[in-house]
Amino acid sequence: MTALDLLADVRTGDKGSTLILAVFPRDDESFRYLLHRLTGAVVAAHFGDLVTGDVRRTALPQLPGFVFELPGVLGGGVTGSPTLDGHGKTLSYHLLSLDL
Amino acid sequence: MSTARSTLRLGAGAGFSGDRIDPARDLAERGELDYLIFECLGERTVATGQARRLIDSNAGFDPLLDKRMRAVLPHTTANGTTVVTNAGAANPVAAAELVARTAAEVAAGPVRVAAVTGDDVLEQVRRHNPVVWETGRHLSEHAEELVSANAYIGAGAVIPALELGANVVITGRLADPSLYLAPLAFEFGWQASDYATLGAGTAVGHLLECAGQLTGGYYADPVTKPVPNLAYLGFPFADVRADGSAVFGKLDGSGGTLTTRTCAEQLLYEVGDPVAYLTPDVTADFTGVSFSQVATDRVAVEGATGGIRPDELKVTLGFRGGWLGEGQISYAGPRALQRAELAGDIVRQRLREVHGLAAENIFVEFIGAGAAFRGLDARSDPHEVRLRVTAQAASFDAADAVGWEVEALYTNGPAAGGGARRSTTEVLSIRSCLIPRHLVPTDVHLLEVTK
Repeated sequence: MTALDLLADVRTGDKGSTLILAVFPRDDESFRYLLHRLTGAVVAAHFGDLVTGDVRRTALPQLPGFVFELPGVLGGGVTGSPTLDGHGKTLSYHLLSLDL
Repeated sequence: MSTARSTLRLGAGAGFSGDRIDPARDLAERGELDYLIFECLGERTVATGQARRLIDSNAGFDPLLDKRMRAVLPHTTANGTTVVTNAGAANPVAAAELVARTAAEVAAGPVRVAAVTGDDVLEQVRRHNPVVWETGRHLSEHAEELVSANAYIGAGAVIPALELGANVVITGRLADPSLYLAPLAFEFGWQASDYATLGAGTAVGHLLECAGQLTGGYYADPVTKPVPNLAYLGFPFADVRADGSAVFGKLDGSGGTLTTRTCAEQLLYEVGDPVAYLTPDVTADFTGVSFSQVATDRVAVEGATGGIRPDELKVTLGFRGGWLGEGQISYAGPRALQRAELAGDIVRQRLREVHGLAAENIFVEFIGAGAAFRGLDARSDPHEVRLRVTAQAASFDAADAVGWEVEALYTNGPAAGGGARRSTTEVLSIRSCLIPRHLVPTDVHLLEVTK
């Protein structure tokens, strides 16, 4: 088991109710490992019931990086939800606890 | 198009309406910039600006605009740097008038201040009656009062102001990357149909538009990603070539760090689909972008491209949404979470039964026990918890009951509750729709300041 915290950096952005979660492996070896292991389904499972639709993953090997779109996680978004962190800026670090 | 240039230097002066001012002053003073850009507008900011304008016809622009301009105009006017900003928000003309008065005091010479208008499409959407994305219903079927409708306009709206020789250009809801694309397209003579180059320029704008987020802000982690001197984080600039490729830098001696990793993180910030990043100017494609470290705090970017621009423009709609009340109070030590939960139950019951609030409009969070992660990784025995209760209501008084009831826990609630705070604010509900491009003509208003 390896926590993602040891392999990659993360950053989130928001678009309405969709959380946009970018993941940046720290080297090419980690990228290849995560290309195989860090699927949309794995990320969706880690965010559980907050995800309301299909998770899309786009891989950008030359960065290297991945971006995931997680629909519904922000439940109304920064302008429609009373949640303290409406942008979901803190949520990137939730992914770092994922064990692979 | 002005004299032919091999490279153009654009600096990032602000990444949001509340951004720091001293990094922009530093860039204006010693950055040798051709353009200094201030991105100051969020979805909600333009709607709140419109709400302020309804009360005072001279208000509605960014409250920090005068402070920012006082800090940079002495330098930009002495150094031949043109300022472009969307801080005009809901009232670009009034903003330009204010900046002209300030320029008369502080500028190094004559100044031309231009306001770009046309993004306010309140009348057009009422006539066009588009479908609202969030509700799926036509605009006319919404009961709430519509107070603002602002279309995302593009680089083409700014170029006429630059052609008139403006030294300061102030817009309303101009798309963030278009603030940067406009001077590039103007100076290099990029055509509106040259989508590959516009895509490259849009990538440069996207990377700069959040200012300090390119140089270590929103990136730093003291263990995994240490960044020096965040207290004096330097904002980035880009030396852009006529093909849209660029080298990013920051000023020597400024805080922060600029690496291929800070750039990669910002490239994908708020970009859900890097194949098709939509702006009013282009459908940009960032999938081929690569970064290389060419020197310390210098990173080259290349590889962005683009395709045909969208037919329709996105519009941000602001509706009056009543009032939001909020209250917070802390509990610590043994049974902190249990006491906070009891407090939350009491406030819920009082808001429903005594104040008549609807249960579904009351929202309770436990800060320190998993609120940020929305219950995904909740803690059952935190040492310290802060109860946060919010509720939306139709009137100020109804919403204000939230903070009142939380504060009343001091003497009526669980043991050892402390540090209560409360607030009640008016809510503008933000929604979106599309509008055909031909319904959004733009215009330029020029003010001349002689010295």
